Amino acid sequence: MTAALPDAHFFRRESGRLVATLTRMLGVHQLALAEDAVQETLASAVEVWAFRGLPDNPSAWLMTAARNRAVSLLRRERTARRFAPEIARLVDEEVPPAPEPGGSLPAALQDDELRMMFSCCHPDISEDAQVALVLSLLCGFSAQEIAEAFLVSRAAMEKRLSRARKVLAASTRLFELGARDFSPRLAAVHRALYLLFNEGYHGACPDAVVRQDLCREAMRLVGLLVEHAPAATPATHALAALMALNAARLPARLDEAGELTDLARQDRSRWDGALIAHGLALLEASARGDRVSEYHLEAAIAATHALAPSADRTPWGEIVALYDALLRIRPSPVVALNRAVAVAEHLGPERGLEALRAIDGVERLASYAFYPAALGELELRCGRRAGARRHFQAARRLARNAAERRFLERRLAACAGAG
Amino acid sequence: MSDFVLMYRLPADSKDMPDSPLRMHERLQRWTAWFRELETSGKLGALGHPLETSGLVVKDAAGGVHDGPYAESKDIVIGYSIVQARDLAEARTIAAGCPVLTYGGMVEVRPIRQM
Repeated sequence: MTAALPDAHFFRRESGRLVATLTRMLGVHQLALAEDAVQETLASAVEVWAFRGLPDNPSAWLMTAARNRAVSLLRRERTARRFAPEIARLVDEEVPPAPEPGGSLPAALQDDELRMMFSCCHPDISEDAQVALVLSLLCGFSAQEIAEAFLVSRAAMEKRLSRARKVLAASTRLFELGARDFSPRLAAVHRALYLLFNEGYHGACPDAVVRQDLCREAMRLVGLLVEHAPAATPATHALAALMALNAARLPARLDEAGELTDLARQDRSRWDGALIAHGLALLEASARGDRVSEYHLEAAIAATHALAPSADRTPWGEIVALYDALLRIRPSPVVALNRAVAVAEHLGPERGLEALRAIDGVERLASYAFYPAALGELELRCGRRAGARRHFQAARRLARNAAERRFLERRLAACAGAG
Repeated sequence: MSDFVLMYRLPADSKDMPDSPLRMHERLQRWTAWFRELETSGKLGALGHPLETSGLVVKDAAGGVHDGPYAESKDIVIGYSIVQARDLAEARTIAAGCPVLTYGGMVEVRPIRQM
């Protein structure tokens, strides 16, 4: 028995790669068969490796096994004659070289993954379903695991996925990276990865490990875009930068007792310095071209926080200006809420409260706990404890998980005393 | 000490209920840990082999066959090992720790004939 697997995510990532490569070889209409072949390959790998230990190059082993499995499934499913071309393609086509253990991913495999990523972001598939499909096909999460991350039922997630798969399978071929509609599709890919990252960063799932996985997957996939010349646009770099700069704060978001901690109270020494440096380099690389995307602005906001020694010594005026620019590109009540919080830091809590109440489309925040929580925070800072308490109580009713509830309990406790 | 064959069986239709890749990782970890424990406790007679799920059953001298690896049963043997135990009761206890039980399989325990 040899060394242990590289990490817990090895099978998951391999699954994504194998599905992408088999689907490229067979055509997207054979997506289901490719997925079956990969599932069976992973199951048989477990059995064989249990007895014999890991092969020298597990990825190469899996690729060969998956291809053989696909051939035998094709033969079993229909007559070999009718599907001879597909089988021939599987048998003859050059297999992309598997990554050396510990090495980087060969370009051909990267292309397969990228094409699958672009294929998942088909305009006929809703944004939610695009994200789910990416998680399922490229990241190797099961419908159950995705459902848990998004707090929806397994049945609902399966329905969402199967509808999306149908659209994808109808497109017969994977997206061509040289296609004319590459740019609009790239924008959809950006959006899907952004949503994926946000689900991990701000999502409702109470399991911090699950959420970290989502962030890490978004960063891995955006990393593929950064490494692939036509996809490595300024917006791609900006998106990668905003993920790195925000993810750098993840280690400090939970304090030593495992409790949620807001930006102002985080122990900044626990921010990930290497990730900040990486994010700043990406942000610099994004400063080409003449178009400032929403990702540029969000990355700039995250960079400003990352470089500030403390909440007090943050240039809040700059942050407000960045949010103003962001609102012009992407008007949204959540962005306006974040801007209002920055206004409060910059000009004081009363001005922040004014900004909160003036949010355009504030009714869309009705089920968003952070809106009443922000009101409570600013009322408290104005010394109006009773009002603050009411807002925090409203926020607590909207909390999505136990950690958020405990956080709001602590804010409520801070309101104790005469109102 | 006697030798026992453990035959690891999975239902033939278990492929229709695939597990996620994350669970696959856990499966492999469990198997590796289990074999290692048998080895260090001196109970592993022979590691044995994993078996393909394909194959056939020869039924008569004229060459009549059943397709598939099973005669009547709906379970497929996916591998086997030989363990050493004092008696069937101990072999049973050993088998109860087999990871295949955690994902729908079962273990057939058969004493190897002594005489």
